[in-house]
Amino acid sequence: MSILVDKNTRVIVQGITGQAGAFHTEKMLEYKTQVVGGVTPGKGGSSVHGVPVFNTVQEAVSATGANATIVFVPAKFAFGAVSEALEAKLPLIVIITEGIPTLDMLRLKRRVAPPQGSGRAGLPAGQAGAPVRIIGPNCPGLITPGQCKLGIMPGYIHRPGSVAVLSRSGTLTYDAVYQLTQAGLGQSTCVGIGGDPVIGSSFTDLLGLLQPDAQTEAIVLIGEIGGTEEEEAAAYIKAQVTKPVFAFVAGRMAPKEKRMGHAGAIIAGGHGTAAEKLAALQAAGVTIVESPAEIGKTVKAALARRPSQGLPSAR
Amino acid sequence: MKLHEYQAKQFFDKAGIPVPFGVNAKTPEEASRAFGTVKQMCKGGEGFVANVKAQLHAGGRGKVGGVVAVRSATEAATEAARLLGKRLVTKQTGPEGLPVSSVLVDERSTLAKEWYLALTIDRFRAQPMLLASALGGMDIEEVAATKPSAIIREPVELESGVSEPACAKIAATFGSAPDQAPVIAKIARAMWQVFEGRDASLIEINPLGVLQDGRIVAVDAKVTLDVNALFRHPELAAMRDESQEHPLELKAGRIGISYVGLEGNIGCLVNGAGLAMATNDIIKLSGGSPANFLDVGGGANVEQVTNAFSIILSDARVKAVLVNIFGGIMRCDWIAEGLLKATRQLDVKVPIVVRLQGTNVEEGRRLLAQAKRLNLVSIDELADAARRVVEFAQASA
Repeated sequence: MSILVDKNTRVIVQGITGQAGAFHTEKMLEYKTQVVGGVTPGKGGSSVHGVPVFNTVQEAVSATGANATIVFVPAKFAFGAVSEALEAKLPLIVIITEGIPTLDMLRLKRRVAPPQGSGRAGLPAGQAGAPVRIIGPNCPGLITPGQCKLGIMPGYIHRPGSVAVLSRSGTLTYDAVYQLTQAGLGQSTCVGIGGDPVIGSSFTDLLGLLQPDAQTEAIVLIGEIGGTEEEEAAAYIKAQVTKPVFAFVAGRMAPKEKRMGHAGAIIAGGHGTAAEKLAALQAAGVTIVESPAEIGKTVKAALARRPSQGLPSAR
Repeated sequence: MKLHEYQAKQFFDKAGIPVPFGVNAKTPEEASRAFGTVKQMCKGGEGFVANVKAQLHAGGRGKVGGVVAVRSATEAATEAARLLGKRLVTKQTGPEGLPVSSVLVDERSTLAKEWYLALTIDRFRAQPMLLASALGGMDIEEVAATKPSAIIREPVELESGVSEPACAKIAATFGSAPDQAPVIAKIARAMWQVFEGRDASLIEINPLGVLQDGRIVAVDAKVTLDVNALFRHPELAAMRDESQEHPLELKAGRIGISYVGLEGNIGCLVNGAGLAMATNDIIKLSGGSPANFLDVGGGANVEQVTNAFSIILSDARVKAVLVNIFGGIMRCDWIAEGLLKATRQLDVKVPIVVRLQGTNVEEGRRLLAQAKRLNLVSIDELADAARRVVEFAQASA
């Protein structure tokens, strides 16, 4: 087990002929991810690192039986690319692209059925959202170590194991994963959820998958100041999550955020500072990691103290 | 991207949101002429009063003399001369303040009521949201904190826009007269039209004023645009006022480096925003104070590292630098070469502590050690690196 991706995941790469798309296709192949096709309009029939390129997502899916896509398409064209993936009913869409307009993301997210109990706005009556999960945009993607790398993270720092990592950040996540691996703790699945105002899947959505996941024994959350992701996660953890959760929130020492007027602050209901996030998480029983250098050590020490369920060490 | 009030009001006017008649002026002479035009357009008589309103990207200007009443063209010119080119320090600007780019001369009216109406995106619900309150004109964050029930939220549907019931609820929360309800609905719908049409991330009217005769006008206007959507609106890019941005942050932004100046004396060079914040955090935890937040971006090549160093060192308070790079796709040996080149090229004198981690890290650290630079120390653990850079900064302070 693991969540979202495993060795059976069949991936297509949208924007495969671009520089980033081609580069990361090679890296994903090196990690033994099943990259079965790529899409670039007008480049159908060619190939990139031995992967066949198609003109449309639908053609690629029909020909390859893909069940996930990773999007590298430039921001201007990302709306169209993700729309195509939704129309082809791909159940998992990972958007690496940075700089997608917020309204485009809202419109895309609108077409996806919100997970039950998410509190998110649903579709107008009579319309069923697609049972699809979007990860990102502006994120490093996700990885189930040893099975499938659907992202741009360095694969070698990961080890298969039982600690899940959810993060809003990129390199800070790699650092945290590296610390876990160094401490002898492997990972079940690591997901970078992305740093944009509107993202496909929140911490809360993914916690809902990790709680029932048999492989995952502990969860590390890497948060950041701004928004209310962490506060919402705290409420969810308090009500639904019984597995041990650890959290680091970056930006504790940052001066008050540069704000974009009043309405943003009001919508957050006074939330968004690191102190508020940490207080909410702590109240939900989450172990707070004070220093970014202590993530691996803290998880290791806490799990070692647990009597019966010692974690299997990294394989 | 923030807009000035006069720019926001141009959008409002086109969309049919009533605004006071006004003219933007960049010199005292223009302000003097603007007074005449405004008086004429408003059919003003003997006692006509206009506002001279400082244009800067921050609120709270009324309390620091940024909005003044004038009764003649001469007064308008005098007040414009006082404000133009000056920096105003308000509650929202920080201690350095922001320069006054221009002044908006517009009709000043006595308001019977002041309401609050805004449109933004509720990140959690993933939906545009109207916020309305009868307690406009004052600090709305204060209202949110002390009397949250006084602010209502009404969702906007992406497909159908602002609904009838939403408009009715807003009119009700304002306690408006029956004949004002259609005007309020028209304003709310026009706000969504501007929001969607221009890819805004925030539209705020505070106050939405009610005149003595019951007419409703947007007395102030705040619009922030989504920079990611500017490719759809090339004409809007010209509305950016770079004088309102921090010069170093602006310079960094042009070359893909995200820089924010802070108060301390330890320069930071990091790849990735989250790691950069975490680096600032650990410096503070170790008893030091960061001079900046800096995310060098994905590339971290020689050119970017050189650029980043020159930006960090243009802050004279910097006594030591902490470089914290996690090499993922970018190999640590390349980063080490880049660092050595950049620091030699710029002849960096302050102590530099380098913490490299990730791909090819041994080779990277070997290169740094081999270079035998007296002012460059390579430290493997982030906590140790932070402690060391704090010691350096304290020793030279």
